[in-house]
Amino acid sequence: MGSVILTNLPALLVVVPLLLAPISALFTFASLGWAIAVVGTGASLIFALLLQSLTETGVRISYHLGNWEPPWGIEFVVDSASSLTLVVMSGLGFLATLAARQLVTNEIAEKDIGKFYAAWLLVSGGLFGLVMTADAFNLFVFLEISALASVILIGMGAGTDRRALVAGYHYLVIGAVGATFYVIGVGFIYAMTGSLNMADIASRIPDASGSAAIYVGFGFMVAGILVKAAIFPVHIWLPAAYSYAPSAVSTLLASIATKAALYVLARILFTVFSGMPDVVTIALSNVIVPLAIGGVFVGTIMAIYEADIKKLFAHSSVAQIGYIALGLGLGTPASVSAAFIHIGNHALIKGGIFMAIGGFVAALGARASLDSLIGIGRRLPLTATAFLICGLSLAGLPLTAGFISKLYLVRAILETESYVILSLVLISSALSVVYLWKIMEVMWMQPVPARSPKLVENPAIYLPIWIVALGNIWFGIDASWLVSASRMAAQMLFGVSLGGGT
Amino acid sequence: MKQNPVFRVVAKILFAPIIMFGLYVQFHGDYSPGGGFQAGVIIAAAFILHAIVFGLESGRQIVSARVNLWMMVFGVLLYGGVGVVSMAKGGLFLDYTALTGSVATGQHIGILLVELGVGLTVTSVMLAVFHAFAGFVEDRAK
Repeated sequence: MGSVILTNLPALLVVVPLLLAPISALFTFASLGWAIAVVGTGASLIFALLLQSLTETGVRISYHLGNWEPPWGIEFVVDSASSLTLVVMSGLGFLATLAARQLVTNEIAEKDIGKFYAAWLLVSGGLFGLVMTADAFNLFVFLEISALASVILIGMGAGTDRRALVAGYHYLVIGAVGATFYVIGVGFIYAMTGSLNMADIASRIPDASGSAAIYVGFGFMVAGILVKAAIFPVHIWLPAAYSYAPSAVSTLLASIATKAALYVLARILFTVFSGMPDVVTIALSNVIVPLAIGGVFVGTIMAIYEADIKKLFAHSSVAQIGYIALGLGLGTPASVSAAFIHIGNHALIKGGIFMAIGGFVAALGARASLDSLIGIGRRLPLTATAFLICGLSLAGLPLTAGFISKLYLVRAILETESYVILSLVLISSALSVVYLWKIMEVMWMQPVPARSPKLVENPAIYLPIWIVALGNIWFGIDASWLVSASRMAAQMLFGVSLGGGT
Repeated sequence: MKQNPVFRVVAKILFAPIIMFGLYVQFHGDYSPGGGFQAGVIIAAAFILHAIVFGLESGRQIVSARVNLWMMVFGVLLYGGVGVVSMAKGGLFLDYTALTGSVATGQHIGILLVELGVGLTVTSVMLAVFHAFAGFVEDRAK
């Protein structure tokens, strides 16, 4: 039994959530659906940790689905880069599931809860597959599985706010355009190289490069993934989708959904197209870096002017995704490992923040806005303190996870000696304090409004938030695991791209 | 359309042959063009034709929403289950040869079961989509 699990870890990571999903859809008892989701995401976390322990030394696990040899069959590849992403995603997915129970019973109709958790598991399983698959077309399939399931989850916010339907529809249409762009690109690449396996494409591209079709394919694939990763200016689906989705869904999507797409972007840029480094370099410095910086500023400035708390942090997510994309765009091993560090830390930060907002919404029974949060620090001290910790981490205060991200990003920028970018990053970081201060001032400094009812805090809601908040402090003090894993991940991406690899 | 004898007679005559053709496409899918997806759509078309001619209520009496949901789930689990059994028997996920240990019978049984799962799920999903949209129009008309 043990050996069966160990040899099939990559398949199980996808299969267990995907097969538990239909079982959950059969039943309408709220706690059963939740229990199935906990089992599914908990098992994924265990599988991801096992994979991480197997690959942290630089081993590359290749899994042949149906025992068909690549490049003919579909291959899953787990190396130190993908296993780190998987651990981050499955860990936050598990915590989001723990926090979801109470939030979901508050916001979703009883009869829909089984189906809600079915979509929840489909999103998780789809995203794990997205990260592991080494087949360019299979990646599109997982992209669709996770995107369609996220649309369902976002649309379920319609029970409390009808605008969720429009937000879900926008995501469906824009996401479908992104996925179509990606698959058009795959079509071009397949026509020119005759292969769908990523490693195989990488080895065949030098023979075919020089042909315009390859460049067109490259452009379509990258553009499609930029939409999915919500990189400026194709991020417009994200703020509405995150803010009108049910609280639990915002937590799940904010912490894991765009991370998978960013990982795929790194995979495409540094592995699949490693055979034409000059074109990739142009794309990085002329497209990804300017868009990343644009996203950082647009997201931060929109957040400063936003009064609705969920939307504010959704805009802030656009900015943080910009930092990750900047790390990838600079294209040095140090900057890519900084991007991986921020993938992990941003998942922790935003996971905690959206969970805490869910806690506020549950206690207040209304949308969280600057007005409804006046004096909330004294009315809901436990939730608000955890929120404060995650907020400080977002601002990059020392001893929090966010500081580590900023530190390594700034160091990587210094290495490339691009001082313009450095100053832009520092200015944007200072700007992010503006919107955080705006919220903290309302929450902690202003007196509790008179005649406000007493609020109670539910341990089912604040315990998971505190786990994430303490995680922010833990990874701020002892970041060695994340830093060394990220460094290994970047080496792996570049090692493969240099034609070495193990 | 219930009142029009031409529709009623034609629908009754066609119902069984459509399903028959669906099953043909289903079970010849492993050797010739066809398979679960196509067969699922064809079989669902028979039920949809019935519901269009004889009314949605009559369609729901043949396949209730509950039964439809179970079919949908069973199809997916059958597909995944083949993969899980092949893993338990020491092969990789969906390695049909591991099911019986021999390439000829293993691949045969494996693809048959997987396509059956696909067929069931596609049939029931098509029906669910049809009833969801048709039911919406029906509610509006009331």
